[in-house]
Amino acid sequence: MMDRFERQVILREIGTEGQTKLQNASVLLIGLGGLGCPILNYLSAAGVGKIGLVDGDLVSISNLNRQTLYGENHVGELKTDVASRIISKKYSDIKLEVYPFFLNPKNAFEVISQYDLVIDGTDNFPTRYLVNDVCFLLHKPLVFGAIFRHEGQVSVFNLGENACNYRDLFPNPPSSMEVPNCSETGVLGVLPGLIGTLMATESIKVITGYAEALRNRVLFFDSKTYQQYFLDLKPNAVARNLIPKSKKELEQLDYEFLCSGIPIISWEEGLKSPKAQWLDVRESHEMPKLNLNNLIEIPLSEFYDLNQVQFNSDQVFVYCQSGIRSQKAAVKLKDHFPHKEFISIRGGVNAYPKN
Amino acid sequence: MAEKLIIKAFGMVAEEIGQSEIWLDSVSNTQELLAILKERYPGLEGMKFSLAVDKELVSENQKIDGAREVALLPPFSGG
Repeated sequence: MMDRFERQVILREIGTEGQTKLQNASVLLIGLGGLGCPILNYLSAAGVGKIGLVDGDLVSISNLNRQTLYGENHVGELKTDVASRIISKKYSDIKLEVYPFFLNPKNAFEVISQYDLVIDGTDNFPTRYLVNDVCFLLHKPLVFGAIFRHEGQVSVFNLGENACNYRDLFPNPPSSMEVPNCSETGVLGVLPGLIGTLMATESIKVITGYAEALRNRVLFFDSKTYQQYFLDLKPNAVARNLIPKSKKELEQLDYEFLCSGIPIISWEEGLKSPKAQWLDVRESHEMPKLNLNNLIEIPLSEFYDLNQVQFNSDQVFVYCQSGIRSQKAAVKLKDHFPHKEFISIRGGVNAYPKN
Repeated sequence: MAEKLIIKAFGMVAEEIGQSEIWLDSVSNTQELLAILKERYPGLEGMKFSLAVDKELVSENQKIDGAREVALLPPFSGG
């Protein structure tokens, strides 16, 4: 019988068995950008039965040099909507679920736990570390790929016993200041096409057992020279310790903050600095108020208008009730006042020393 | 005469160095290597990258006597 999978079913290592595995597979594709487009095209063509599409972004005109699912007529539409419309029109046998939002520590477990294989095609470190840590805790195989200018990295994490993950390669997130993203550096559209296609290949390997996936190995690929570098990974106990121990612990983490390069210190350390300014970002009704020198109060709810704000010190210690909102506040402030130093106080007022 | 060591650089590190491969005279350990590189390419200071000696990651100072290749591997975020 001729069907749309005939040419891969006659591959001895795939066969009808491999095709059935593809049909029964459920894959979560996170990020429908330059990497996500070729991944979705090839996995849907290969007959993956169920694909979840995660992206909160809208199509923009500057996406079109590399995000080849979309055209000028799609600008301004949700990527998940356009992608699911195009793919479901092409193939009647595919089940698509759309998640038109970005993953965060509160929603990531719920979405990721429903799938057998996860693919990281995102474009920022906070989401990459979040996805890595959730997949590690849920023991989900994760196909990883990332690009920079003319280079790419590909690997497969959490596959089988003694499997490695992203933290074994890069234990700590870099700050966004240390590594710019595509929108700042420029990229040829074909590069995510190449790397995304490698990621689709790895996904098919993981699902069907075809050939050998890049388990505990990372491929570094240079599109200018076609040079490849393979790195062997080993589980790294120190790096493992940086992953939250549980879902609950992970939900408390602010991944944006981890990548913001903003330090966190204790009250004891902060109170030693005589010249710093203190900033309380709690709402006005929150108690107790602290009696600190050089203190100003700007509730986080009023952060939409930072143009009126002035600081009299180059170093500002930010605190809230428990130490979470102050992290968010410090990130926003750093964006607005890049030349000042913002430091978040661990534990907030709840951790303020009693004597 | 001591063997030469090849340094392979990727991503932003390669940009900072200005090429993806450089040869160095033999260096005894990774700490010494980093000091030499940071002196020659000050932009590497504060840049985040992992280091692999003969294709194996190292997390602490490690001897590189007799090694042939050290790779400087920064994380990429783009997608």
